Amino acid sequence: DVKRVKDYLYWLYYQYLLATCSYVLEPWEQSIFHTVTVTVVAMVVYTAYVFVPIHVRLALEFFSQIFGAQPKSTV
Amino acid sequence: INHIVHNGGLYKRPFNEAFEETPMLVAVLTYVGYGVLTLFGYLRDFMRQWKIEKCQNATEREEQKDFVPLYQDFENFYNRNLYMRIRDSWNRPICSVPGAKVDMMERVSHDYNWTFTYTGRVIKDIINMGSYNYLGFAQKAGACQEAAAKVLSQYGAGVCSTRQEMGNLDKHEELEKLVARFLGVESAMAYGMGFATNSMNIPALVGKGCLILSDELNHASLVLGARLSGATIRIFKHNNMQSLEKLLKDAIVHGQPRTRRPWKKILILVEGIYSMEGSIVRLPEVIALKKKYKSYLYLDEAHSIGALGPSGRGVVEYFGLSPEDVDVMMGTFTKSFGAAGGYIGGKKELIDYLRTYSHSAAYATSMSPPVVEQIITSVKCIMGEDGTTVGRARVQQLAENTRYFRRRLKEMGFIIYGNEDSPVVPLMLYMPAKIGAFGREMLKRNIGVVVVGFPATPIIESRARFCLSAAHTKEMLDTALKEINEVGDLLQLKYSRRRLVPLLDRPFDETTYEETED
Repeated sequence: DVKRVKDYLYWLYYQYLLATCSYVLEPWEQSIFHTVTVTVVAMVVYTAYVFVPIHVRLALEFFSQIFGAQPKSTV
Repeated sequence: INHIVHNGGLYKRPFNEAFEETPMLVAVLTYVGYGVLTLFGYLRDFMRQWKIEKCQNATEREEQKDFVPLYQDFENFYNRNLYMRIRDSWNRPICSVPGAKVDMMERVSHDYNWTFTYTGRVIKDIINMGSYNYLGFAQKAGACQEAAAKVLSQYGAGVCSTRQEMGNLDKHEELEKLVARFLGVESAMAYGMGFATNSMNIPALVGKGCLILSDELNHASLVLGARLSGATIRIFKHNNMQSLEKLLKDAIVHGQPRTRRPWKKILILVEGIYSMEGSIVRLPEVIALKKKYKSYLYLDEAHSIGALGPSGRGVVEYFGLSPEDVDVMMGTFTKSFGAAGGYIGGKKELIDYLRTYSHSAAYATSMSPPVVEQIITSVKCIMGEDGTTVGRARVQQLAENTRYFRRRLKEMGFIIYGNEDSPVVPLMLYMPAKIGAFGREMLKRNIGVVVVGFPATPIIESRARFCLSAAHTKEMLDTALKEINEVGDLLQLKYSRRRLVPLLDRPFDETTYEETED
């Protein structure tokens, strides 16, 4: 079963290599490409982790303020 | 878009051609892939320029570095940075007759495809899906081979002269009469090289002051012949009759560009089967347009002669038309007849004119006698004049193989271009890494395929092209289909978003094989 999971992960890695064309690159070029990709993805994840919850909370507060204020003004 | 045309009585049978659109995600990923390769190409070029890395490709000499650069255009950039990386899928040396199965010499590369070394091993019995062996006449034993061997011992191999000097053998006369009878035309002439037939005879037919209307996807030989002739060339969209009619109308109405004089001749250049797309020309409509606007038609049947039509006489017979309607019928003997060379057939005055004025007749060495005998024997076999039904059986076997193979591939979910009846089957790959991966994986599984990329195709539409043969048995096709299925799953090539249901208007004798569950 562990072998099946490992094979599946290797197949996913193979698809990534094919889709981004790093399958045809030489090993040192592949290392550069993987480093750059991993760095970019890590930065995206970190930025999402730091900024997305705060912005979502602010947006919800802004919208709830509009909808919350309505009943008060009509009465 | 499926065109199923039953209109106007022009088409006597349904014309099913489909070119499925590229899925958006696949196109985006293809561009991403090419972007990555371009960036790394620039990096490698930079390293080569600053001598950080050894430069193994051709460059100018030190003294010529200040001249106009030779290797800076896109084709050379593509060549050294993209093509070199996957070069092992092409130019593979074979060492047996290219029949249904072929032997190949194994080679490895230790410096990423810049140089190759042979390991000495021969990979045997690779299923050959890449040779243009439509009727299976590429054989080393059989009636054709025996006749060719006899002629070789009688005439030798070399002719040592051109047709107009001392190279006109009685074998050539026999061949030309036979080809004329096969095609149903008055007269024919044969040349030693198919490419040279096109490129050397179109300049003899048209010149300055004439108009050539050529299809977008015409072969390099037709393009070269058209350019060498000096005529004005206008391109119409591939197989698009509205585009062709518009060009014809404009040509007749406006005439030559500055002087407004009428064109001396209008010649339409089309091919029978386009080998990169697998599409068949809309011949009834082209002939109707030709008659309406009084122009001439040059039909290049390189891939369709022997492969289409109930008795193998090409695309004219496939549509049930008369060969008299086509002014110049050109074809090659390389594909279906297992030999080399080309022919032009037409009215007697035309062929007599070409015998005198064609460059190929005046300067090119004529065909070698064993090759001529191979063609004579194979044409007689197809026509049934050798007393057996082998020829007819081969033509039918090819048609069955074509329909079966195409249907199975479409059911599996690949994107296949072209007409239902063409024996050339392009399977779309799109991404550049998959070109190399597909070629290598199929070779690992003992199947030899031809993969094509830029510049033979548009840059994102790279494909694998299968050429079916009457020599392929159903077992071979099933093996090949199983392996293609496996590789398609491994490489995720099943892009088609439509699972086609078999059309109900097909006659029942088409699928003579039972439906297999796999």
